[in-house]
Amino acid sequence: MIKTDILIIGAGPTGLFAVFEAGLLKLKCHLIDSLPMAGGQCAEIYPKKPIYDIPSHPEIMAGDLIKNLEQQIAPFQPGYTLGESAVSIEKTEDEQFIVTTDQGTQHQAPVVAIAGGLGTFEPRKPPLENLKKFENQGVNYIVKDPEFFRDKKVVIAGGGDSALDWTIFLENVAESVTLVHRRNEFRGALDSVEKVQVLKNEKRIKLITHAEVTALKGSEKLEQLTVTQQGTTIDLKCDHFIPLFGLTPKLGPIAKWGLKIEKNAIVVDNSLDYQTNIPGIYAIGDVNTYPGKLKLILCGFHEATLMCQSAFKRIYPDKRNVLKYTTVSGINGFDGSQKQAAKSTIKSIE
Amino acid sequence: MSEDIRIFLTDRRGVRHQLLAPTDMQMNLMEVCKAHELPVEGTCGGMALCASCQCYVNSKHLLSEPSDDEEAMLAEAFHVKENSRLSCQILMTPELEGLEVTLAPND
Repeated sequence: MIKTDILIIGAGPTGLFAVFEAGLLKLKCHLIDSLPMAGGQCAEIYPKKPIYDIPSHPEIMAGDLIKNLEQQIAPFQPGYTLGESAVSIEKTEDEQFIVTTDQGTQHQAPVVAIAGGLGTFEPRKPPLENLKKFENQGVNYIVKDPEFFRDKKVVIAGGGDSALDWTIFLENVAESVTLVHRRNEFRGALDSVEKVQVLKNEKRIKLITHAEVTALKGSEKLEQLTVTQQGTTIDLKCDHFIPLFGLTPKLGPIAKWGLKIEKNAIVVDNSLDYQTNIPGIYAIGDVNTYPGKLKLILCGFHEATLMCQSAFKRIYPDKRNVLKYTTVSGINGFDGSQKQAAKSTIKSIE
Repeated sequence: MSEDIRIFLTDRRGVRHQLLAPTDMQMNLMEVCKAHELPVEGTCGGMALCASCQCYVNSKHLLSEPSDDEEAMLAEAFHVKENSRLSCQILMTPELEGLEVTLAPND
C-alpha cells in the first residue's frame, strides 16, 4: 500500500504544480497517471506546440513546460504510479481514501485531488466490424512486451510516431511487418520516416499506402485481414493487427465515484477550495466545472494552490498556518535540499 | 462590429441547427459549435491534432485549403469522406454565410 498526504490523480501540469504547493506546506504527494510518463495532454497530444499564456513565459513549448514543472517539484520527491488508471475509491472508517488502479496498485491518503484533465487516455479504435471480437485475440492497441510478437505476422496501421517506431522495432522481432497508412506522407519524426524508407527499400517490411484495413477475419483468433487500396482489396495473413491512431481521453471510472458530474466534468465549490460533493475529494484543472470555468493551465495552477491550503486544514485541523512567500522562506526540499535567497552583502565606504 | 453569418449544422442525431457566428472574433467552426453547446469535443483545443471536431461540408462554399497538419490528422481519422474537414480549421469569414455542414460520428 502506497501512503501519502495528497493523492493526485492525473500528472498533467495542474497535478504536477499541486506537488509544489503541497510541498511548501510540507505535505507529500503521489501521482497516478494512465500514461507512461508525466505531462498529460502536454506530453501526449502537443509536446512540440508553443503555449503563449503561461504568466512570465512569452512562449514555451508544452513539453518544456512539463520538464520545468518536474524540475520545480523534484525537491518535494513526488511518488508516481504511471501507466495505470485509477478505477475505484473507498473510504475507511478513519477518514482515509483507498484508491486502486486497474493493475491492483493500492494507494492511501486523507486527501484525493483529481487532476484528470479530460480523462484517461484510451486508444482510438478504428470502426471495424469484428474489432471487439479480436481484442487480445490478435488485435492489440499497445505494445507492452515486444517479445509477444516474436516470429508473428504483424500488421500495423497509422502514420504517426508510434506506427513508425513500432514498425522499425518489430521488424527485428516479428516474422513479417506490414505498415498500412492512408497516404504516403507520414507526420512522424523525420529520422523514423527515413528508417522506414530504408526498411521498405531493402524489402524488410511491406508498406501499403493509400490504403486502410477494412475487415478482420478468423475463427477464434485473428487469422487474416483485408486491406483496401484505392478500390482494390488485398487479403493478408496476419497474427496481430496493431492499430495506432493515437489516444483519446475518456472520463472513465471516475464518473462512477459518486461525484456530482455536469457536462462530463466534476462540479466543485470554486468560491472556497475546489472540493467536490464528497469531503476530502477535490477536483482541479480541466476536469472540474463551476460557473465561469476556463480550461486553462494557468487557472489549474491557481486551483491547485487553493486546494492545497484546504487540504492542509483537513489533514491538520488544529495546526495554525499562514501563507508563506518563497522569497522569504525559500524551498526546503524533502530530499534535504535548500534554496534560499542570497543574503545581501553590506559594505561600508571608508 | 461586422454582421454575424449563419451556419447550418446537422448534428449526429440528424437535427438541423442554425448557428449565428461572428466573423470578427477569430472564431473557428469548432468554437462556434462549442459556444452553441453542441456535442463537439475539440479535445486538442483547435490544433488539428485530434479529429474530434470532424465535419462534412455539404455546400459549395470555397474553403481555404487544408494545412499539412489537417491533412495528416484526417489521414488518421475515422469515417473520413471526400468532403471531410476539421471544423477547428474553418475560420469564420463573411464568405461562409450559409455554410452547410454535418458532424461526423464521434467514435
